[in-house]
Amino acid sequence: MSETSRNIVLSIRGVNKTFGGLKALSNIDLEIEEGKTHAIIGPNGAGKSTLLNTCIGRIRPDSGSIRFLDHDLTGGNMKPHDINQLGISRVFQTPEIFPELSLLNNVMIPAFAHKEGIFRFNPFSALRNEKAIEEETMSLLEDFGMADQAHHHAGNLSRGNKRRLELAMCLIQHPKLLLLDEPTAGMARHDTNRTIELLEKIKQSGMTKVIIEHDMHVVFSLADRISVLAQGAIIAEGEPNEIKGHPKVREAYLGSAEI
Amino acid sequence: MEAILLQILNGLDKGTAYALIALGLTLVFGTLGVVNFAHGALFMMGAFVAVGVQNLLTISARVRDTSITFFDAYKETPYLELWWGDVGRTIIDYAVPISVIVAIPVMLLVGLAMERGLIRHFYKRDHADQILVTFGLAIVLQEIVKGFFGANPIPVNAPQVVATSVDIGSLFGLEGITYPWWRLIYLGFSLAVIGGVFAFLHFTTFGMVVRAGMHDREMVGLLGINIQNRFTIVFGLAAVVAGLAGTMYTPILSPDYHMGMEFLVLSFVVVVVGGMGSLPGAVAAGFLLGILQSFFSMNEIKAYLPGIDQIIVYLVAVIILLVRPKGLLGKD
Amino acid sequence: MQTIVASSRARDILLLALFSVVVLTAPLWATTIGAGYPDLLQKFAVFGLFAIGYNLLFGLTGYLSFGHAAFLGVGSYATVWSFKLLTMNVIPAVLLSVAISALFALVIGFLSLRRTGIYFSILTLAFAQMSYNLAYSVLTPITNGETGLRVLRNDPRVLDAALGVQVEGSPLADLFGITLTGYSGFYFCALLLILGFRVSLRIFRSPFGMKLVAIKSNQTRMEYTGFNPQPYLLSAFVISGMYAGLAGSLMAIVDPLAGAERMQWTASGEVVLMTILGGVGTLIGPVIGAATIKYFENIFSSFNDQVLQQAFDFLPDWLADFMVTIISPFVGDGWHLTLGALFMVIIIILPGGMMEGFRRIAALFGRKPVKEGQA
Repeated sequence: MSETSRNIVLSIRGVNKTFGGLKALSNIDLEIEEGKTHAIIGPNGAGKSTLLNTCIGRIRPDSGSIRFLDHDLTGGNMKPHDINQLGISRVFQTPEIFPELSLLNNVMIPAFAHKEGIFRFNPFSALRNEKAIEEETMSLLEDFGMADQAHHHAGNLSRGNKRRLELAMCLIQHPKLLLLDEPTAGMARHDTNRTIELLEKIKQSGMTKVIIEHDMHVVFSLADRISVLAQGAIIAEGEPNEIKGHPKVREAYLGSAEI
Repeated sequence: MEAILLQILNGLDKGTAYALIALGLTLVFGTLGVVNFAHGALFMMGAFVAVGVQNLLTISARVRDTSITFFDAYKETPYLELWWGDVGRTIIDYAVPISVIVAIPVMLLVGLAMERGLIRHFYKRDHADQILVTFGLAIVLQEIVKGFFGANPIPVNAPQVVATSVDIGSLFGLEGITYPWWRLIYLGFSLAVIGGVFAFLHFTTFGMVVRAGMHDREMVGLLGINIQNRFTIVFGLAAVVAGLAGTMYTPILSPDYHMGMEFLVLSFVVVVVGGMGSLPGAVAAGFLLGILQSFFSMNEIKAYLPGIDQIIVYLVAVIILLVRPKGLLGKD
Repeated sequence: MQTIVASSRARDILLLALFSVVVLTAPLWATTIGAGYPDLLQKFAVFGLFAIGYNLLFGLTGYLSFGHAAFLGVGSYATVWSFKLLTMNVIPAVLLSVAISALFALVIGFLSLRRTGIYFSILTLAFAQMSYNLAYSVLTPITNGETGLRVLRNDPRVLDAALGVQVEGSPLADLFGITLTGYSGFYFCALLLILGFRVSLRIFRSPFGMKLVAIKSNQTRMEYTGFNPQPYLLSAFVISGMYAGLAGSLMAIVDPLAGAERMQWTASGEVVLMTILGGVGTLIGPVIGAATIKYFENIFSSFNDQVLQQAFDFLPDWLADFMVTIISPFVGDGWHLTLGALFMVIIIILPGGMMEGFRRIAALFGRKPVKEGQA
């Protein structure tokens, strides 16, 4: 491997996907560099979700290849837990947390997954002996400003706080790649800003991220690189400044959405 | 050939009962999203409408038995017979058809009361809660029936004219295949009910809204249509269908208070096999499983696979659920 | 609402000690409520175990099985066969029952857990009904069909024969010379109940238990968190099947007989009811639920109009008659009516069962509410 390709985390080459005669993805090339925040933007129905699910090996492309680090994900037969164990954590459009459990437990569970792998049968080990994991969890919750609520039920949190919790659940696993599917969707402006702040903080830690986003404000404040998806094809790619002025992008997307 | 035809015919009456119960179950699940474990109890209640009507018609007086002359003997004679003689006797003879007419309003009321009183409050609860609360209701209903009618099966007779068998084999040029008239009537009646329900759903505005609701409930709600009242009526309809299935079944199987549970378990299997929420699937699976059950009761098959008749329905259900999780005709 | 907590060791030991004391002194306190006889106390313990195990599946993971009675039945048959072929000693019988029911649960669980929700429930129901129907028909050589399987005096009992143990009179289960009937039978069940409770307590306090609750809470998140839910669910299923097998074994120990009706789906329904009545997902709730139902079943079904008349003696005649008329449909043969109605009431107004009721009462009196999972 050459010096430059070593720090490519996710590489997608020539991916095509058709659903019942409808072209969902056409000839997608995408490289996600280590430590960078890469945003994928595009209007509704541009194929963002399909692309995301193809990236992580949930959907099998008709042609092309997908590599994550040393793993070939082209087969499309990856189980969610395998994907996670490879080092990919995921944030959903609607925060997926454990509403019946305490914040502490919510973050401890992914910590266990990181430590134990997909399955460990330990019904007789006591939770109270897991001091290391508990401390790590508490210190992360402190970073997120949620330590005082550690023993509250997560279901009672506001949407913005659920998102923060979900991010904490991903970060405790030290993922090699963090996928964010519209992380500020359905949030009030105030919550959106807080989430951006948080993501900026994470950005400084040098974690590789892919953000799928609608909200231009979010994209331009966070992304190092932006790919624009329209009708299943990438019509432009570049630094935020390049994208802002790109005529094709304006036509396809920016003209029709809030900036 | 004869044997196969005979088994198909034998399977049909059970299959029709399954199909009718499963039809209502599916309707309720598809529209209201409720898993109703009390649906078998509705079948059972329909059967006991027939018992009730028969009991009412045969309220009797003790009269001197004139045929015995050497001591004073008495016998019970129904008032209807005392008052109207042969006409009265004929009315009693037609207890089951009369029950059908009675069962429609009775079961409709039962269904409406059930939906308004209980089911409605469980739309938003999860399936487990729905199963459990309706399971409790089923126990309550069957215990009430047991309180009124006792625990033993009560025979109910079909009208005399159709109490005989029909030589159905001659239609196909086969020898010695006879089939009780009543079962044939049951089959025809059920097909008519099924056809009626489908026609109702396809050719009336009401039915179309209901079907749209089965497809996408929120959408219909957004259109500003009061889906709630329609759902209540759908539940009532399902109750009537299950009730009629029970009423008409009484001459075939003397009803007892727990017949509903037995049919319920199998009907649920039928619904799942057909594909939850698919009406044609439920009907098809009902007939299919009824006939399969009857087929595997043949001695020729039992000799090779002992006990297969006892488990075939469940076995088919398990296989279908594992291989085709959405059932035979279920939608993804 | 449920929180798995890393409760302190001292608290857990206290809880276990309290539980053991209450269970072991049952013969003393149960007399004051008219339940002081071994038959009934045995039932408390046996069904308590059954419900504790069921709760480990349904309470923690939320998977509603309608087939656990099958494991109960398998446990009973295995125990009676151990009595017939090996020895009247209960140790091999219990071990055999638990092992065989675990095997059954492994197979049934492996297949049923491919599906979720109502489909899972129907699959377990189908498997249980198959077992029941087979036990009644072709498996008669193993189950003795409708009559039920009994221990006979002239059964081979190879281990007993090898050791020269003679059976005099009708064969009874024993534990190294202690005949397990009456109160000795109860204490044997009670010890296993305490053991079962302890295992359940450990699971509630373990990361494993926490993960089971997480599956119930949000399976999608659980999967994307990196856990494969299947082996967790299967472990929970097998463990709860083993509890059911143990309960079935104890049933056959205190009364050496096994019948197919134990496997019917309505018997599965009963354990669901017990768990829900006591409090789904709580530690002690299922035991309380099981004891409550068996207690009232016993009391209510023995009531008849005369007993009721006596109970309302103190009232004026017309009022007493009225009360008897109102209540009599619910007692005696009508016990099931009460049970069904109770079931509905609990699910409608108190989904957390009796434990939630206790908590609400405690809250009324201004006590700090006890956190679930701790009590």
